[in-house]
Amino acid sequence: MTIPVDDFILRVVDLGKQVQVNDTVLTILHPTSFDIVRGASVAIAGASGSGKSTLLGLLAGLDLPSQGEVWLAGHALTKLDEDGRAKLRGALVGFVFQSFQLLANLTALENVMLPLELNGVTAARQRAQDMLARVGLTHRQQHRAQQLSGGEQQRVAIARAFVVQPALLLADEPTGNLDMETGARVIDLLFELNREQGTTLVLVTHDNLLAARCSQRLDLVAGRLV
Amino acid sequence: MNVLRLALRLLLRGSGAGELRVLFLAVMVAVAGLAAVHAFGERMQAALSFESNRLLGADLVLVSDHVLPSQLAFDAQARKLLTAQTMQFPSMITTPTRSQLAQIKAVSTGYPLRGQLRIAQSPLLSDSVATAIPLAGSVWLESRLANALQVRVGDQVQVGYSQLKVSAILTQEPDRGGDFFNLAPRLLMNQADIAATGLVTLGSRVSYRLLIAGDSNAVASYQTVLTKTLAPGQRLLTVRDARPEIREVLDKAAHYLSLSVLLAVILAAVAIFLSARHFLHRHLDACALLRCFGASQSTILQLYGLQIAAIGILAAIAGMLLGYAGQAVLVFILGQLANLTLPKVSLLPFLQAALAGWVLLAGFSLPTLLMLRHIPALRILRREKSSFDIRSGFTYLAGLAAIVALLFWQVGDIYLTTVVLIGLGMTLIFTVVLAWLLVLFAGWVATHSMGSWRQGLLNLRRRAGGSVIQIAAFTVGMLALLLLTMVRADLLDNWHATLPTTAPNRFVINIQADQVAPLRVFLREHHINDANLYPMIRGRLVAINGRQVSSLNYQEQQTQRLLDREFNLSYVNLLAADTQLLAGKTWQAADSTPQFSVEQGVAEKLHLKLGDRLQFDIAGTPISANITSLRKVNWDSFKVNFFVIANAPLLQNLSASYITSFYLPPTASALLNEMVRTYPNLTVIDVSTIMQTIQDMLNRVTTAVQFVFVFSLMSGLLVLYAGLAATRDERVVETALWRVLGAQRQQLWVVQITEFTAIGVLAGMLAAAGATVIGWALSTYVLKLTYHVDALLWLVAICTGGIGVALAGILGLWGIARVPPLITLRGN
Repeated sequence: MTIPVDDFILRVVDLGKQVQVNDTVLTILHPTSFDIVRGASVAIAGASGSGKSTLLGLLAGLDLPSQGEVWLAGHALTKLDEDGRAKLRGALVGFVFQSFQLLANLTALENVMLPLELNGVTAARQRAQDMLARVGLTHRQQHRAQQLSGGEQQRVAIARAFVVQPALLLADEPTGNLDMETGARVIDLLFELNREQGTTLVLVTHDNLLAARCSQRLDLVAGRLV
Repeated sequence: MNVLRLALRLLLRGSGAGELRVLFLAVMVAVAGLAAVHAFGERMQAALSFESNRLLGADLVLVSDHVLPSQLAFDAQARKLLTAQTMQFPSMITTPTRSQLAQIKAVSTGYPLRGQLRIAQSPLLSDSVATAIPLAGSVWLESRLANALQVRVGDQVQVGYSQLKVSAILTQEPDRGGDFFNLAPRLLMNQADIAATGLVTLGSRVSYRLLIAGDSNAVASYQTVLTKTLAPGQRLLTVRDARPEIREVLDKAAHYLSLSVLLAVILAAVAIFLSARHFLHRHLDACALLRCFGASQSTILQLYGLQIAAIGILAAIAGMLLGYAGQAVLVFILGQLANLTLPKVSLLPFLQAALAGWVLLAGFSLPTLLMLRHIPALRILRREKSSFDIRSGFTYLAGLAAIVALLFWQVGDIYLTTVVLIGLGMTLIFTVVLAWLLVLFAGWVATHSMGSWRQGLLNLRRRAGGSVIQIAAFTVGMLALLLLTMVRADLLDNWHATLPTTAPNRFVINIQADQVAPLRVFLREHHINDANLYPMIRGRLVAINGRQVSSLNYQEQQTQRLLDREFNLSYVNLLAADTQLLAGKTWQAADSTPQFSVEQGVAEKLHLKLGDRLQFDIAGTPISANITSLRKVNWDSFKVNFFVIANAPLLQNLSASYITSFYLPPTASALLNEMVRTYPNLTVIDVSTIMQTIQDMLNRVTTAVQFVFVFSLMSGLLVLYAGLAATRDERVVETALWRVLGAQRQQLWVVQITEFTAIGVLAGMLAAAGATVIGWALSTYVLKLTYHVDALLWLVAICTGGIGVALAGILGLWGIARVPPLITLRGN
């Protein structure tokens, strides 16, 4: 199922999320609609608990909405089953998380190779090595994740996200666990790669400076887009 | 291919993790235990059967009242089995001056197929192994027959129409059996001479035997064929029929080995369950991450399934090697004890063990794997507690069913497995309920008290689910080890009591009434003080409650044979103090009312009960009395005993010969020569060879039983380790947080020690309770041993539980308290 207008990597139509807590229905995300064009950089900004991560989860198809629809590169996520959504993510989406989420036992190189191998890419090693070189970690590629500093771990995570050349990169508070200087370098790297690869960047942040660097900004307040 | 490579990489990188090590070790120990016990058990059973078959002269004997068709021997030979034939019948042997009833045994070349004949040139000279049977035209006599006939080696005796030459004195015949007293003395001759004697004619009462021996599988398969085609008057004898005490030893040993395997497998299953569960929890994030990267459910399943399969294959190979080493060690230990030649080890037990290991691994890890694939990718963004534990209950049921089926298949002892599983199941339910209560109680105590230790109790409540699983795991672990220790002790006690090293090894019969007093003095002078002399009177049972008795009225062949011969009766003033009366009461010395006390087994066979009136014909004199008691007799003790004992007033006026038994140390055999010289009419029966064989077997089985325990112990320790590892990650983080909040090292220890001790003490108590109940059920219903309540068991269980678990817990967390908290909290 596709829609004809394909300049949009993401189309969000009347998307809402409610959860039941004991006897009360809590609305985490009020119905909202927006579009994101290919190659854009979008900041989803807001205070803690405003529903940023929920929205990110819905955009990635990690969670299902209570209402509405997310179209990712022309595919309606709610129409796909879990495996279908996973396949789509594998093909189109890269992730960067606040807590890096590297596999502790694997080396930096193996962590970067992981999504390539899962997608059956040959020459995974070479591509991963190139990507690590791009983020300046050639000398660290044989180190295990737990032997790296926070900034290095996040750079490995960025390499891992970009190595599959995703159409869409979702980043959840990518600098949340880093000091300002390291965080700034990581953000620079993100934007550079975003430009180089023409990737659409959607990042969740409560950092106004960072949000200001993005071409589009979505502000969430108590689950509402303002 | 990519998935396989990725799976192997993840496995390799994760191989340092505790839960993978436990998973690997648990499968390895289960496979090793099963392989060693089965491979060794198979070889030991074969070796012990071989050993004990010496007492049968063969591996299998077909007994018949009629001539056996020669086709049977041909059939056996076609199966590459050895055969020999014997004929037995009573006949008078005469010399020009004497005659004596003898039990003639005519044998074919090759006899005996198992064990040895020993002969001497005179009763007083030392004997040696006979390399062949008597040559045609010659016979071998037992010394009491030679004495009775007053012949020596080289003399002639008349057997039927034939004059045969005495060429040796027969000192040992392997298949003589335990029925020494009813048999006339032996004459052994060559079967080739039988026709000429003219003794065997139509209607002669001859017992024909076909002896069979060879490869155990071939024997077993031929036995199956023979069992199906048995004609009337034919029966099969194996050593189990020939010697009940050996059967009991072997059965009990087999039960114990089964119990060890069963518990080792159950323990391994617990360790696998704990480590698989731990594995699941450790990989929740990784799975969620893989889902984010687009891994499908089947990819996740393949990725982790391949890792588990690789562990299974490697652990099975390691287990088989360890199992081989284990059984080789066993063989080595046994080799030191006696020159026991064990058959070659077969591959089958190893393959079976590997298969069993895989079922075990699959049974507990597949449910876990199936759950892993349902990990929501969202977990990576929001740390929500997944609802696995509720669903897991159902998924594990399938695994549990597979494992129960495996246990029944591998252990092959339905009764024992049922008793243990039911007992264990009940203990577990009880444990879970009690553990929950304790956890709640500990929380209550903690909220009403002060000090570091209360945090330990609070920990119990905070980790309620983990605590209950830990208590249950430790309970099962300790229960298994306690049960094995307890049953082993009971078993060894029982065997030791069955056959103490000074059990009587010589019987003396034919003692005349006037020889009783001087013989007693003679024995006492030679330091033999335990020899009681019992009168023995032979009588035929002719009527029960006034009704004529006929062997034809009884179905069982054994009962028929019992009635066809004479009973050995005895009389006493008072029944011995250690007599085990099952019904009725003992008589008083002053009571002149005639009465009988009957052995329980014979009473059952003849359907006798208290108050029944028995009538015996003793050399033409009818003697009758009522049964006033039923006794249990331990025939394995090798002490003199009787089926029927009368009170003295009933039989004391009849003429009787006397019998005694005593232990003669190997160094004192010269005493017998002196005794026979002084009292030439006495017949000494040497049972030391039989006893030695049984004693050897007991020693070997005892060692085996001790060794097999090692595998269970290893599994038990793994459970302990896996149980501790289950909550280790949580404790590591907690300890670091405590340190951050300013806790002293001593305070950390108090918290941990309190928690572990509480878990260990409760597990110890529950294990002792479970072991007591299961031990009682096993002793009573499966092993038929007398059960002893052991209060010490509880003390040991509680102390080792509390101290052991606390110690192991502290050792496990030793390094953690030294690591700077920041390193821990950063996840390094």
